Amino acid sequence: MEAAEIFNLLKSVFNEGIMELKTDVPVAPFIIVSADKINAVSLFLRDEDTLQFDSLSCLSGVDYDKDNLASVYHLYSFVHNHKITIKVIVPKDNPLVQSVYDVWATAEWHEREAFDMMGLKYENHPDPRRILCPDDWEGHPLRKDYKVQEFYKGMKVPY
Amino acid sequence: MAELKTDEMVINMGPQHPSTHGVLRLELLLDGEIVENVKPHIGYLHRCFEKHCEAMTYPQVIPYTDRLDYVNAMSNELGYAIAIEKLLGIEVPERVEYIRVIMAELQRIASHLVAIGTYGNDTGAFTPFLYCFIDREKVLELFEMTCGARMLYNYIWVGGLSHDIPDGFVKKTKEFIKYFRPKIKQLNDLLTFNKIFIERTINIGILPADVAINAGASGPTLRGSGVKFDLRKNDPYSVYHKFDFDIPIGKGELGTVGDCWDRYMVRVREMEESLKIVEQAIDNIPEGDVTSAIPKRIKPVAGEIYSRTEVPKGELGYYIISDGSLNPYRVKVRSPSFVHLSLMNQISRGYMLADVVLVLGSFDVVLGEIDR
Repeated sequence: MEAAEIFNLLKSVFNEGIMELKTDVPVAPFIIVSADKINAVSLFLRDEDTLQFDSLSCLSGVDYDKDNLASVYHLYSFVHNHKITIKVIVPKDNPLVQSVYDVWATAEWHEREAFDMMGLKYENHPDPRRILCPDDWEGHPLRKDYKVQEFYKGMKVPY
Repeated sequence: MAELKTDEMVINMGPQHPSTHGVLRLELLLDGEIVENVKPHIGYLHRCFEKHCEAMTYPQVIPYTDRLDYVNAMSNELGYAIAIEKLLGIEVPERVEYIRVIMAELQRIASHLVAIGTYGNDTGAFTPFLYCFIDREKVLELFEMTCGARMLYNYIWVGGLSHDIPDGFVKKTKEFIKYFRPKIKQLNDLLTFNKIFIERTINIGILPADVAINAGASGPTLRGSGVKFDLRKNDPYSVYHKFDFDIPIGKGELGTVGDCWDRYMVRVREMEESLKIVEQAIDNIPEGDVTSAIPKRIKPVAGEIYSRTEVPKGELGYYIISDGSLNPYRVKVRSPSFVHLSLMNQISRGYMLADVVLVLGSFDVVLGEIDR
């Protein structure tokens, strides 16, 4: 299925939870979904017969612009051999996104990474710890406004 | 006699442990010798790859991609180059594509040899490890004569290659193909069909196909579970559509579909298929200039791309966002080992402690691309 058809189908089911279809940006179009609907939308994407997005290729945290973060989902269907990109855009001062770990198991670790690196908070995540940085690290390194902490356990960090 | 104490016990395997294939710590909860829970702790090798990329220009990222999966540098570069080329919308000459495919497939053989050799080592067979490394060295020699480096090449550039192949490369590659075919058979006699090896690897770490797909498994891990899926065929890139090769899958010949032996065997058979591809490509390399399509300045328009390629370990994806400047705005690497390691807990519960080593080895994880 093409992105426009998927968008129309989602729009007809979820209405206000599906916000926008962007086709004017290179290279692939994407659909913007609201943060409090993403779990239900994901479940629908996975289980609907004509869609069957049975695998989550990649989940990435992105510093979207000055005020927003984004959680980006690249989905692929083994059955229908089609792809779609979903984005959830949330404000930096309240970066709350529903977790999709129960829809695709891939999401569990990727969401931990997005939290670690970007500070996105995933609701209902079973194990919301940092994954690459130490548990007591300060800040989220991949944010554009990230400042390295001066000391970590008495050791000087920037050198 | 007092009763024996049978409390559960927590044991740390790693971070410094020969069987964890790098700096990885597995926190194991044991009931006697039975594994109740596995909690992998990663990040010991975190080198801020993604943050570094944001400060580099597009071509400067390539040497960093080498160090993601350091036994598989060619394929990492290839994936990155393809992503940027798609973003730029440029075509590369046919000669470049052919050489890239040859390099990627030779690299697949080298990477699988490391996987197979170390896997033998995990089961206690040290000799096959040495044999594998002798053969791997032959591939590395081919790379060395091409670009001077043995492991980290910086060879595949956006739009082309750093050098053309040298004189004698074609001849030496053909000699390698001739030399290596019988070696696969030798390896099978030595390790694959060894009774002890079989007994240790069948019926453990069983990964059912539906679990594998839901968890995002790819490459030999997915194919070991009997799913016939290979990005080179199912989502073709470069010139792979021109070559004739099979996709080996796990069939549960000796044990259950999706057990450790199946995953191992897929790798052995893939080496044969890679040889087939190299054989078809090596005689038909078109003439041309390998540096002609390299852009002087790489400055893609604002946009984004998710591009994936089939590397020896599975699906390597690059999610790259451009803001129209000389540096990438965001580079996210989706590494196959990261996804596979997250499966550890699910499929090694209920087996013996010694089997955990084998389950981990059957995924062929490299910590360089997990921690990035």
